[in-house]
Amino acid sequence: MSDVVEKTLTALPSLLSLDSQPGAAKLSSTSKLGNLIRGITELTSKHEEEKLIHRELASIKEQVSSPNTSMRQMKELMVRAIYCESLGYEASFSYIHAIKLAQQGTGLEKRVGYLAVSLFLNENHELLLLLVNTVLKDLQSTNLIEVCMALTVVSQMFPKDMIPAILPLVEEKLNHPKEIIRRKAVLALYKFYLIAPNQVQHIHNKFRKALCDKDPGVMTASLHIYLQMIQENAEGYKDLTASFVSILKQVVGGKLPIDFNYHSVPAPWLQIQLIRILSLLGKNDQRTSEIMYEVLDESLRRAEMNHNITYAILYECVKCIYTIHPKSDLLEKAAKCIGNFVLSPKINLKYLGLKALTYVIQQDPKLALQHQMTIIECLDHPDLIIKRETLELLFRITNTQNVVVIVEKMLEFLRMSTDDYTTIDLVGKVAELAEKYPSDCVCFSYKNYTYAPDNEWFIETMNTVFSLSGDTMQPDIPNSFLKLLSEGFESVEEDRKLRLFAVDSYVTLLKGETGKLPQFFLQVISWVLGEYSHLSEELKPATVLELLQKLLDRKQTSSETKSWALMAMTKLCEGRAGVSVAQQVSETYISSMDTVLRQRAQELQHLSQDSELRARVLPRDADLEPLEVDSSLSFLDGFVSEALAAGAAPYKPPHQRQEELSQAKVLSLEPYGLSLPISMSSCSIADRQSPTLLSMSSGLSGDSTDLSHKGGSTTLKFEGVKRVWGKEGYLAQKESVEEAVQVEAPSPLRSTSQQAEVVGSHSQTPTLTPTPEPEQEKQQLASSLFFGISSQSSVCLMGKSGPTPQRFRRKAKGQSSSSGATEQMSNSVVFTSTTVDNLLCNNPPDSTITSEVDVSSSKHTSELPQGLTAANGTCDIEAELTDSDLKGSSPPLSGDNGLENADPDPHENLDKPQGVCLSSHLPAELSGLCRSEITPLCTLQNLDLSACHVHREDTIVLVVFITNSSDSAVQHIRLDLDSELLEVSCVSESPAKDVRSVAVYLYSLTVRRPAVHVELAGTVSYQVPVGTPQTAQFSYKLPLTAFIRPLTVSTEEYGTMWLAFSHDTKQNLTLINDGQEPLVATLNVLRKKLQLHVVEVIGVEGILACKLLQDQPCLMHFRVHEGALAVWLRSPVPDLPDCLIYHCQRALQEH
Amino acid sequence: MMRFLLLFSRQGKLRLQKWFTPISEREKKKIIRDMTNMVLARQPRSSNFLDWKDLKIIYKRYASLYFCLAIESQENELLALEVIHRYVELLDKYFGNVCELDIIFNFEKAYFILDEFLMGGEIQETSKQIVNRCIESSDMLQEDDNSEWYEVELFG
Repeated sequence: MSDVVEKTLTALPSLLSLDSQPGAAKLSSTSKLGNLIRGITELTSKHEEEKLIHRELASIKEQVSSPNTSMRQMKELMVRAIYCESLGYEASFSYIHAIKLAQQGTGLEKRVGYLAVSLFLNENHELLLLLVNTVLKDLQSTNLIEVCMALTVVSQMFPKDMIPAILPLVEEKLNHPKEIIRRKAVLALYKFYLIAPNQVQHIHNKFRKALCDKDPGVMTASLHIYLQMIQENAEGYKDLTASFVSILKQVVGGKLPIDFNYHSVPAPWLQIQLIRILSLLGKNDQRTSEIMYEVLDESLRRAEMNHNITYAILYECVKCIYTIHPKSDLLEKAAKCIGNFVLSPKINLKYLGLKALTYVIQQDPKLALQHQMTIIECLDHPDLIIKRETLELLFRITNTQNVVVIVEKMLEFLRMSTDDYTTIDLVGKVAELAEKYPSDCVCFSYKNYTYAPDNEWFIETMNTVFSLSGDTMQPDIPNSFLKLLSEGFESVEEDRKLRLFAVDSYVTLLKGETGKLPQFFLQVISWVLGEYSHLSEELKPATVLELLQKLLDRKQTSSETKSWALMAMTKLCEGRAGVSVAQQVSETYISSMDTVLRQRAQELQHLSQDSELRARVLPRDADLEPLEVDSSLSFLDGFVSEALAAGAAPYKPPHQRQEELSQAKVLSLEPYGLSLPISMSSCSIADRQSPTLLSMSSGLSGDSTDLSHKGGSTTLKFEGVKRVWGKEGYLAQKESVEEAVQVEAPSPLRSTSQQAEVVGSHSQTPTLTPTPEPEQEKQQLASSLFFGISSQSSVCLMGKSGPTPQRFRRKAKGQSSSSGATEQMSNSVVFTSTTVDNLLCNNPPDSTITSEVDVSSSKHTSELPQGLTAANGTCDIEAELTDSDLKGSSPPLSGDNGLENADPDPHENLDKPQGVCLSSHLPAELSGLCRSEITPLCTLQNLDLSACHVHREDTIVLVVFITNSSDSAVQHIRLDLDSELLEVSCVSESPAKDVRSVAVYLYSLTVRRPAVHVELAGTVSYQVPVGTPQTAQFSYKLPLTAFIRPLTVSTEEYGTMWLAFSHDTKQNLTLINDGQEPLVATLNVLRKKLQLHVVEVIGVEGILACKLLQDQPCLMHFRVHEGALAVWLRSPVPDLPDCLIYHCQRALQEH
Repeated sequence: MMRFLLLFSRQGKLRLQKWFTPISEREKKKIIRDMTNMVLARQPRSSNFLDWKDLKIIYKRYASLYFCLAIESQENELLALEVIHRYVELLDKYFGNVCELDIIFNFEKAYFILDEFLMGGEIQETSKQIVNRCIESSDMLQEDDNSEWYEVELFG
């Protein structure tokens, strides 16, 4: 590593000899580009410019296509074409010539050609393919400059699919003697790593070599890749910490050549890159952090000069110090640093200071206190970016006491904001704050005069949020708002008040001007009115109906909103007036083009006439009862099995279909990146390559729990469907813990004493505050903003530690449910993989399986209390199960494990005399085993072919008998077997070249792709001594069950495997009722017929396991449910569950 | 990582554009319009930073020319400011007391210098000497094979 500091900067030697100053050249007065530019500047109107450029382009076009144009002229033309394009005129005719120039030109011409290509063409432009050859040629060139150009263009824009074509050449350049080439190669590989990481995986160790390169430039370049890789997996690179620290030490100590200095600061870019890497490595890792304390201290100390670049380094140091395991004296220095930034009169530094403060504030809220006056000033700063950052900072220190003020400030900013992106972001944050705090307000509400948030505040804030956000809002905000409203808080009375207030405020809104209200808001209003307007005594349903009708009649109302309004009307149409309005409205929409509207109108029409039915379909306060969602859709099972029996194809989950589709498409160098989202492709890759990666894909399984949530995030679905399972397991429990923390935080003791203080400072009594007016306002603002923190920092700091992590979790949750299906999918991938981890390391075996069971039963509880009892319920069941399964279930099943000897009766009865005699030809080692009956395959002139299959424990053996019925010997028998689905390998051939009586051929079979029945096609050819060669074809079919063997696993292993498998299928089967306990009886039948291993039977559930030879497991979960047997199969092998289900069905039918 | 670099005049005329990630033509046009509007509308005594979507825009004015660099939001704004400054220094060293006209008339050279300085959205070489050596070397390459064209080539 000490080589790094060695100065080995040699430039391209052949070029060093000349000491001219080409850069000093000024523009030529005669150049054509010069003329063009000058011509344009002299023009007075846009129109004239257009005319001039079009003339210019026409002349360029003519010249480039002329065969007499030399490359030199072409270069000049290309420069002019670039200029015209940059003015916004299209010169697409020149693109192909740019490529030609890069191809055929030399030196500067080539360079201009490459430049033109990189400016003209986009990464996906089809012409770019023509460039690949040129790049390949230049990469192999002996001219260093050409190699440099090729590397530059490769990192600038190169078609992703073509990377494999040039990758070996670029890789080779890592060993090039010239450092400039090595450096560019490293950067090109970095670019490849960013766009197609899996393609450069195999060269990771070469990156290490680049890191140890004797040239500091190459080493610096390699850090880009390392930063990226460490970001993805810090654990894998901890061993490099000491090296990074020692490099940084040398850099900071000025050991690099002076050439690397920037304004006399040694290699600042390199320093910052290293500090970033260190902060990633030291995060949550005390031992690693300790290695870097010294060098960080040194960096802080050295960066004293008053220059932007040193501030940049300081900022990075501060962030690092607050990221890694804390050390008090470093923290102190970092805090001082932040102070200097924040207090700086330079606005850039102030901004960076605020940014740093935002970053560290959660760990050190006291810092906010120190700078509270600066923060207040920044809140009204004319520069928006500073204001915005200040709000971000305040957002992170929000507590019950200051939330009202902070939200007010945020809304103020929102009202001014014109940028969609900022609006969406801020709206999300305000909604998050508003929703977080009303849960506390229950205990505060008797002090309505305080600044504590209450019902009115909550509703009004949300109203502002909804109306300000426009239609750009993330759909999860209205969703969670409605969920909050319908689930309520602890006190029934409070909930009623909250809802009532919402109703009142919405009625007022609807009576006013509704034109500006976003559709989302109108939908929320419709739902709330439909659900809760009955709470208001003075409000008549007819009034609400009228308002809703008015809404329906408005042109701007979207059809989605209209269907919400119709839905609300359906709930409200009472009495004669109501019915007549309903009739009138439904008549309008019953013929609507929109099917949803039409359906709603139908519903309205029918339900308004039948009030009894309406009360049943739409009961009032329905949300108080837990909604049971049968997410396994078991009520459809009958329908599905009927359809299957009628020959319908079994359902395949979308990912499986996608996968098959992508398998069908071949001939792509990077097959999965293009057609599938990343998570998909990783899933399919994992399936094929390594079993350890399988857990990745399980989240994508057809698990309907996930599907139902996906639905919930795209549409406004809030009734009852609630996320019961989350990243860390059972959410209900977690939330209840959070709840508890929240309730604890605002202890009444603290608040009463503080309240007085706040009220005092807000009453604006001039006697108390003699300070000048603006100053006084600021003071007030400060006291209200920093209330929770300032008043009793020690107590509050303790208190804050509770809500802080919760805020994080909330946020994460919001994000996960916010965006569309793809993100959901990737999230669920993460979720399952972590559960797998948890299961592997923490959980006792029993809980593993019971938690699974709970998922499968998938009853969603809609309310928190229910969620809790459900959780308790599972625990109880678990306890019972562990007791009972040992006693109850094992005896009837424990008789025989392992391979079952077939019941010989049917076989022997059926065997024809010929079969009997053939069976005597079975090899000795196979004779005792279970086998199928011997069936004839084909009969030829002199030969009879028959076959059977023999079940061995580890394989299935196909035995082909060739019987020579004639007297003459048969020669050159050739037997070829082939199958799409099976892999056939020959075990032994009959040694005899010519066969007089019976020849036996043995083949071992393995399944390539499961199917209900697998078929073999074969050809036999032979020769009789006199006569022409003969051939015949035959086929042999065997059921998949022949390949199934019991798989002996423990319940614990079963649990782990279950989570890891991605392909699953569910179905209901009929139970066998013949006196015995039905589940045990049924399982016994299946076990015998299909050779399954019964892992465990617990009460009404049983788990079985089997494998498809060789070693492709399939897990089965049986549960008795309403007189039927619900079966859920999972396997890593596509199609296997479906095939097995079929055989289970058959087995039970035959029984 | 840097996303793009734009150079434009006080009148909003684009002088140089460099995109480090693939962006469609339409999007490019929109970004250029947004950037010129936003940056030119800035009040004096504001910071050199701007929020734009999820990116940070760092801009600085040198004489009549605005340099405008977009970075990802977790990046270091001050450092980005110095990236711009270093680029200006490089241009200055090559052209000798650089002015907007140099860049207008020799924009391809400005691109070449940028390509030696930044690569794939990251800093490639921070040493002024080395960058210049690279540019000069390709200039001289031209001179080697045909010296009488030297003038024309450079001014092309």
